[in-house]
Formats: sequence, C-alpha cells, structure tokens
Amino acid sequence: MASYSTNEFKGGLKLMLDGDPCSIIENEFVKPGKGQAFNRVKLRNLKTGRVIERTFKSGESVEAADVIELELQYLYNDGEFWHFMDPDSFEQYQADEKAVGESVKWLKEQDVCTITLWNGTPISVTPPNFVILAVTDTDPGLKGDTSGGGGKPATLETGAVVRVPLFIQIGEVLKVDTRSGEYVSRAKED
Amino acid sequence: MATPWEPAASFANIRARAKLLADIRAYFQNTGVLEVETPVCSAAGTTDPAIESFSSHYTGPGYPEGLTCYLHTSPEFPMKRLLAAGSGSIYQICKVFRAAESGPRHNPEFTLLEWYRVGYDHLRLMDDVSGLICSLQSERCEVEKLTYAQAFQRYLAIDPHSASIAELHQCAREQGISLADDFQLPDRDAWLDLLMSHLIEPKLGQDGLCFIYDYPASQASLARIREDEPPVAERFELYWRGVELANGFHELTDAVEQERRFLRDQKVRAAHDQPQMPMDRHLLAALAQGLPDCAGVALGVDRLLMLLSGAQHINDVLAFPLERA
Repeated sequence: MASYSTNEFKGGLKLMLDGDPCSIIENEFVKPGKGQAFNRVKLRNLKTGRVIERTFKSGESVEAADVIELELQYLYNDGEFWHFMDPDSFEQYQADEKAVGESVKWLKEQDVCTITLWNGTPISVTPPNFVILAVTDTDPGLKGDTSGGGGKPATLETGAVVRVPLFIQIGEVLKVDTRSGEYVSRAKED
Repeated sequence: MATPWEPAASFANIRARAKLLADIRAYFQNTGVLEVETPVCSAAGTTDPAIESFSSHYTGPGYPEGLTCYLHTSPEFPMKRLLAAGSGSIYQICKVFRAAESGPRHNPEFTLLEWYRVGYDHLRLMDDVSGLICSLQSERCEVEKLTYAQAFQRYLAIDPHSASIAELHQCAREQGISLADDFQLPDRDAWLDLLMSHLIEPKLGQDGLCFIYDYPASQASLARIREDEPPVAERFELYWRGVELANGFHELTDAVEQERRFLRDQKVRAAHDQPQMPMDRHLLAALAQGLPDCAGVALGVDRLLMLLSGAQHINDVLAFPLERA
C-alpha cells in the first residue's frame, strides 16, 4: 500500500483519513525548540467536501489515496446514474447521486466536467466554471424594465434557479458562473 | 520555470536585520558582555533527541583518514568552555543548523543570539532578556511571567506535573485537537508538547512578553533541577505574540549529571532509530574543571525580526531561505 511521510506533505496531496480520501489544503510544521515536532494539516474530505483539521507526529507515514481527476463529457442520466465518457478513450463512467451532489443542477449533456475518481469510481463531479443554459421559466410581467435594478429568479433548463436582470425572458440563453451560482450575461446562440 | 534568484525578503527587512544586529551588539556593549566566536563545525554534536544535526566531512592535513564533523545546532558547548576558562559574561550571534526543520517559523539554517551571564540564575536572566527586547522597540513593554504549571492550569485546567498520558490525551481531544484513533507519541513529554504547541503557545504573549519558567524535570535539557515538590527544571521559554522566541537555563554545572543526561539521550536516540551522536568530551572536561554559576539563553533572531517587522513567514525576513539558498 502506497504511503506518504509527513515530509512529503504539500497542498494537493491525496491521503486516506478515517477511511475517506482527502486532499491537503494547508500543511504547517510546528515544533518546540526542545520538543516533539508535529504537522498541523488542513484537508478537504473529497467525498463530503468538508474541511477538517488533523495533527500528525512529524515523520509518521499516512496511507496514500488512489485519487485521480479526469475531464469527462456528460452523456445522460438513466434515472439512477449519471453517465460520463472520456472523449479520447471513449471509456464510460457512472456517477451516483452522492457523487453528483449539488452539481446536478448544472449538468448539461455534452458539457465537459471534472470527475474525481477514487479507486476508479467517481466520488465527485465538478461542472465547468461557466455554463450556457436556456431559461425555461421566469416571471414575464416585468417586460420593459431595463433598469437592471433588483432582479428576479429564473429557472434554467437543468433545473438551476438563478437571479437574473428583469429584462431576461423565457427562452433566452444565459451564461452562468457555477462556482457562485450567479448570472454573468446573455449568451449568443450558435 | 524561471530560477528564483532574487531575495525572498524585502530590502526594508534586509535593512531591519542589519539595524537589529547593530542594536543587539550595542545592548551588550553597554552592559559589558563580550562578543565571542566558536566553531560552526565540530567532531562532537548535540545528543538531544529532539534535534537533528547536519554532518559534513573534512579530509586534509592532520586528518588523512578524514574527520566527520557536525554543524552546530547551538554554540552552547564551546561557549561553556570559554566560561569555564574564565571569560566572564559572553554573547555570540551566529548561524546554526538544524536538519529536518522547515516551515512558517523554521528554516534549517537560522541566526541565533546566545548569551551567558555569570552569577545569574534563570529568573534574573529573564529580566535581562526583557531588558534587551524592550530596548529594541518603542511600544510599551509589558512583561508577564508564569510557571509552566500556572500556564497549563490557566489555559487547560490541568496539572502538567501529575497528569497521566491518558489525561493529557483526553484533554487534547476535549480541546479539539484532531488526532487519528491510533495516534501515538513516544512519551509523556511529547503529549505536553502537543498541548503546549497547539493550545497554549498561540495565546501567550499577546499583550507583551510572556515568560514560562520552571519546567517539568523531564524537560530539563541542560538546566539544573531544583528539588522542589515536584522537582522542576530551572529553565524558561519566552513567547511573544504566540511565537516561541527564546529558551534559557540556569545552567547545569555538574559534569557527572551532564554525562548521565548525554547517555540517557543516546538511549532515547537508539530506541527511536536515530543516529548516535559523539558527545562533547571537551564540555565534560570543562564542567569537571568547574563552570561558574551562570544562566544562558538562546534567542531566535529571525523570529525576533519577524515580530518586529510584522512578517508572517520566516522567509519574509531571510534573503535566501532554503528553497533559494
């Protein structure tokens, strides 16, 4: 089983902690002049996304996590799994509801997402930073107001609800930032 | 990628270092302490299991078979030989070297200010340390002194002299230190170090200088032990804004006890698969001849400069830290 010594710790290193794969965010070396050295580490649990802290005795070894990230194209949802494909090898992967999590509201067929695999199985799905999606529902009553002030909710084709300017109408296509969940601009249709 | 040839520290901090060194020298000049130099490279090394030494090699005139020598981790041993020879109070500013230490407050090569005052004990030396640091800055200089036991009592409500490993472990968990279920440490002192470094140290010296003194006898290092109940080591550490800045001792003068501690260190090193270090016979001979009653302290100059200049990382005050050295 592969393992890492605390001397190898740095941001991005993937470790197993309490049975879950984690990624190091921050590693701090702590040592009293005349005493025991420690590594105080901040990590992200890659399954839950939660940030945790952990103290290690300097010099100890920790099991490595077999984690890789792939850029995969979203194909379709069969009701239970979301299917993705490697556009180069055509290899397919299926992610369950837990892995897809909150990202589900941004998934549009053919978009390329970042999939984190642990031991070959998807554990998380990150949508592109920007997606282009059509508005399927929004309050039409405010047509003509171009002040841009305020805003209103709009439902997009993937189910996401974002705040948009008052002039946006059903059927329009928008560019949205998935990290903040915020409207960026109208998008031109190809 | 371009080679990072430029200094890591700003020129403001490089100039602040030059001023700090000049100010320190002026303080000792004014108080009658002699500046000395001692070897960086020595055939003897520190046996302290918590400190790892760099080693180097000399082959040439006098040593056809070659000589392994160790870069000093502090100039303590040769400075005590000067004291035993009758130097009177002395100080030294030098680079020291510690393998396996690198982080926001550690660079494996760093600048140490070490000084000894003949006729002082650790309590009187603490006043000298605060006298120096207060002379280096213009802010109001508050000084607080807590025994090791008082600090543990105040911040963790636990007695560091009597608590068992199980109690220290439970305290660590209750106070929110996140540890693996099978987390282990080599001894009780390492558990005290865990609590000190994670829970107490960050709170010390937030309103001025904070001295912690009278350490557990098991952490005496090179300090004398006073036979109180419980016995305590006449040792102190200085903290300022949560940073460990200096470590001082009322110095052990007993050669037999010193050798016993060296041998105990070697046993601990052997038990943890650490290399055996050649102990300093010159020091033992000097102690046998007679070290005057004295107290000594080592102060991290880079950390002091960090605190004076508001730097968050030691690299901000080093022209060329390890990655650029």
